[in-house]
Amino acid sequence: MTALLLRDLRLAFRSGGGFGLALAFFLIVTILVPFGVGPDTSTLRIIAPGILWVGALLACLLSLDRIFAIDREDGSLDLLATAPIPLEGVVAVKALAHWLTTGLPLTLAAPLFGVLLNLAPPGYVWLTLGLALGTPALSMIGTFGAALTVGLKRGGLLLSLLVLPLYVPTLIFGAEVAQRGTSNLDPTTPLALMAGITAGATALLPFAAAAALRVNLR
Amino acid sequence: MTLTVTDLTCDRGGLALLAGVSFTLERGTALILRGPNGSGKTTLLRTLAGLQPAVEGTIEADPDSIAYAGHADGIKATLSVAENLAFWAAIYGQSDIDTAIETFDLKDLRDRPAQNLSAGQKRRLGLARLAVTGRPIWMLDEPTVSLDAESTRRFASALQAHLADGGSALIATHIDLGFDAEVLDVSRLRAAPDAASGAFDEAFT
Repeated sequence: MTALLLRDLRLAFRSGGGFGLALAFFLIVTILVPFGVGPDTSTLRIIAPGILWVGALLACLLSLDRIFAIDREDGSLDLLATAPIPLEGVVAVKALAHWLTTGLPLTLAAPLFGVLLNLAPPGYVWLTLGLALGTPALSMIGTFGAALTVGLKRGGLLLSLLVLPLYVPTLIFGAEVAQRGTSNLDPTTPLALMAGITAGATALLPFAAAAALRVNLR
Repeated sequence: MTLTVTDLTCDRGGLALLAGVSFTLERGTALILRGPNGSGKTTLLRTLAGLQPAVEGTIEADPDSIAYAGHADGIKATLSVAENLAFWAAIYGQSDIDTAIETFDLKDLRDRPAQNLSAGQKRRLGLARLAVTGRPIWMLDEPTVSLDAESTRRFASALQAHLADGGSALIATHIDLGFDAEVLDVSRLRAAPDAASGAFDEAFT
């Protein structure tokens, strides 16, 4: 398991691994928004939490189809399925590697990008905390989607269509946490609900994803 | 570690391809699968390796004794030869990769990224992966594709050493590996076309 995690991280950092891609995409989205809506700081301040969350979510989506597709192409997935580690474990480790290379950098960079959108000062803590608790769910749900579409040629688009509706609850609660944080309201309720989604996804989806992989490997 | 297969039926894409496959693979022996393209050699190997369920029949073997090597080698292009092998060794709970590197003559390529290897060198790395798993039953699908004569000889001797060590092997191949082994001709085991066991399933999927 540790070997698989280390291999996936190493592959992500090597050339063509795609590390930094999500981060760059996130940065570009946050830079484009002020161009689109105009530099009026009060407008930006209102939409900042929502834009940051949508940006993080789309950036997360960008690298999902790589999770299993490359392993499938070079035959590693067949070999991992016959290896002595459970497929559920493979799925969980893949999701963790995806989060470490996508969700975690996005979380750490979000406060910085918040400055670009004139996010209200009390919102920074809640935005970061919300992303830290919410992005694992995005990685886990995305890994499940990737497992569902692994056998398909050019499955990336279908994957986005499948996964985006499943991201809605996390987005709603995540943006609500940041929104309430910026306006000095108590954000613990949406935060707890979002943490619940993350916990549920992490507990259940590895099994669903492993079952989907087994069907797709036949 | 014996592998006993009784009355196995395998399907491919919802159609029964092979029926009535029965054999026993004893320790120290190899069984060669022969048959024309599309006769079901790969399907049989994938079923035995546990990648797809058998339609009928039983496979008696410890699932932790089988190491499978398909057409693709499972090599990561940006990792070096040693890193690739060390990863698979760790997955199988082993640590020794030097013996396999020696056996398959990969010493000079050890630190080279796998993307710079030739097709034959990649194949040798794929076969070395089998050796680092430490598992007794090898299932090989066309192992000698893109190997030159010298590498094929090297592979055959590695295989014989594995058999002499108490291991066993099931090999789908078209060439003569140069040692005595039982042969199973899968083309004689073709399922009758109307025995399409999965036809109904497919209508509902």
